[in-house]
Amino acid sequence: MSPEADLGRPAPPLELPDTSGAVLGLPDPGEASASIVVWTCNHCPYALAWHDRIVAVADEYAERGVRTLLVNSNDPERYPADSPEAMRERVEREDWTVPYLWDESQEAARAWGAETTPHVFVLDADLRLRYEGAPDSDHRDPAQRATWLRGALEAVLAGEEPELGATEAVGCSIKWKS
Amino acid sequence: MEIEFLWWRGCPSWEEALGELEEEMRVRGLDPDTELSLREIATEAEAEALDFPGSPTIRVEGRDILDPAHEPKGLTCRVYRLRDGRYSAVPDRADVAEALTAARRGDGA
Repeated sequence: MSPEADLGRPAPPLELPDTSGAVLGLPDPGEASASIVVWTCNHCPYALAWHDRIVAVADEYAERGVRTLLVNSNDPERYPADSPEAMRERVEREDWTVPYLWDESQEAARAWGAETTPHVFVLDADLRLRYEGAPDSDHRDPAQRATWLRGALEAVLAGEEPELGATEAVGCSIKWKS
Repeated sequence: MEIEFLWWRGCPSWEEALGELEEEMRVRGLDPDTELSLREIATEAEAEALDFPGSPTIRVEGRDILDPAHEPKGLTCRVYRLRDGRYSAVPDRADVAEALTAARRGDGA
């Protein structure tokens, strides 16, 4: 949950394999104009409902130098739909344009404070946290177009503080290993 | 009429779904206080025993308002498809309404 997010803090490290096995991470400071990191998964209706909106933002803002990474940290033993194999199948089936990273140890989720799927983080060019929370206010309304995420990006790209720095991340809880 | 609302605290959509169910019941002259039973599912064992396909689940006269055949059973958020194909954490209100209306007519949900 995000309303108490420590905005301005440096992003924790992030270096994880994607569905092809390539290890990806955050850009170096100054390499991207901003970064979006979203915890998501395959089995959660909130993550599924918001997915297209998030990817649309990722695609649109990539032209403005914004990098996006999607991360799955769920325990695949309890939720087989979130296994690395299922991630790979989904990326191929849906022809994803955004890397989908596998956080097997769940250490990244813990370090970042990710709690739900989806849970959105926006970083500025210096990799400092500028927004944390939900993509928008209603997973059922595509007309929302991830407006909170877009607002945060516009502010960061303009060198300003987002009007909404943090919102409540609404979705399924991260499925921690027992 | 016997209407059952099964929910799991780990999925936040239950409150929204319950509110919409109660509204649809009242519109049809059904009293949530007497005709709706709420059942919280708290353990995997309970989910297994009740064939629980995720939260929220609505059963009218013992039948799920939507076929859960392909849903995995357990403590999870249930994935619904709205009538226009979009994913949702709550059922389409029209599906809730249709199930209640069908049950009132006595032709099953």
